Amino acid sequence: MSSIENLKAFDPFADTGDDDTQPTNYIHIRIQQRNGRKTLTTVQGLPDEYDLKRILKVLKKDFACNGNIVKDEELGEVIQLQGDQRVKVMEFLTTKLQLQKKNIKIHGF
Amino acid sequence: MSVEELGFDPSLKKKKKKSTKSFEDPSATASPSETTPEVDDVLSGLKKKKKSTASAPGADASGDAADDVTDSFAELKLKKKKKKVVTADDFEKELEKAGLDEVTTTSATEDINKDSEDANSQQSQLGLPYSSLLSRFFQILSANNPELAGDRSGSKFRIPPPVCQREGNKKTAFANVQEISDKLQRSPEHVIQYLFAELGTSGSVDGQKRLIIRGRFQPKQLENVLRRYIIEYVTCKTCKSINTQLKKESANRLFFLVCNSCGSTRSVSSIKTGFQAKVGRKKKPVA
Repeated sequence: MSSIENLKAFDPFADTGDDDTQPTNYIHIRIQQRNGRKTLTTVQGLPDEYDLKRILKVLKKDFACNGNIVKDEELGEVIQLQGDQRVKVMEFLTTKLQLQKKNIKIHGF
Repeated sequence: MSVEELGFDPSLKKKKKKSTKSFEDPSATASPSETTPEVDDVLSGLKKKKKSTASAPGADASGDAADDVTDSFAELKLKKKKKKVVTADDFEKELEKAGLDEVTTTSATEDINKDSEDANSQQSQLGLPYSSLLSRFFQILSANNPELAGDRSGSKFRIPPPVCQREGNKKTAFANVQEISDKLQRSPEHVIQYLFAELGTSGSVDGQKRLIIRGRFQPKQLENVLRRYIIEYVTCKTCKSINTQLKKESANRLFFLVCNSCGSTRSVSSIKTGFQAKVGRKKKPVA
């Protein structure tokens, strides 16, 4: 019976922390091919409390690339950067802005 | 792995029993009948087909009751512990001897009993090493039902690598979309939709069911995307099987992934294209 008693140590209904409730505000980092071997990185869905303009300024300086902010009707403001900056953007968002890694999705090849 | 433990437990218990039994051996005359199933067990662990032969011990060879035999018996026991590489025939003989010796010890003197006791206690101390038992278990498991032993080399789990051809300068032809989507039991349209959304391009399917994608892509890159597709839309999160179906619930228009192996269901998000930057000559009018 002791083995059954053991079961009590684990509460199956306790919050495990990794709940699969879909946070609808994912941050999507995408890549698009341009002509030749040039690419474009877009960062979509950054939370509103951040000033995109200042973020962009830092990103441009850090990654040594150009970029701009595009306003989309349904998706809000999107950061565009030249070149494949996906991993770097991801790193920036997680370390500098303390965003959760599971809320960021990297798309593309 | 509870199965593993279950698979082991009885044998381990039996091992223990064996050692205790041989402690009491001098008193218990019924030991041979007791030991033979164990012998049987060990043999079945080594080789299944030898099962029947072990259950019939050669009773006519039971003449030798001398001390040297018991000594050898102890030796043999030790040997048995140390290496399992002994061929099945030798093993059988040894075991048979061992079983007989246990019978003969009943008539043997006290000091011999002590000897065997010592040997037995040593054996119980050493025991069969867990690692060797584990490897034996997996050998048997992989021999009998390989799919339980995590053997994924079956044809079902093998997805052919994407075949890419350059179609002109700016397009890529993905030749085996059809084949891959068949393997994954998904409609090609769904796969293509995902590919386009992830790669941020567009394209079409040509006459030979090849997918023409705008932009240049390496097979490796497509493989990465396919991998993510499989993780998101094909594999069952519960049992990791890819034997799943994608069903659309008509009531709420959500996609559900139904596993054919374990029967679990999970909802999957629909494919969203997301933001598409306008690239090239057709500049987006200033918003």
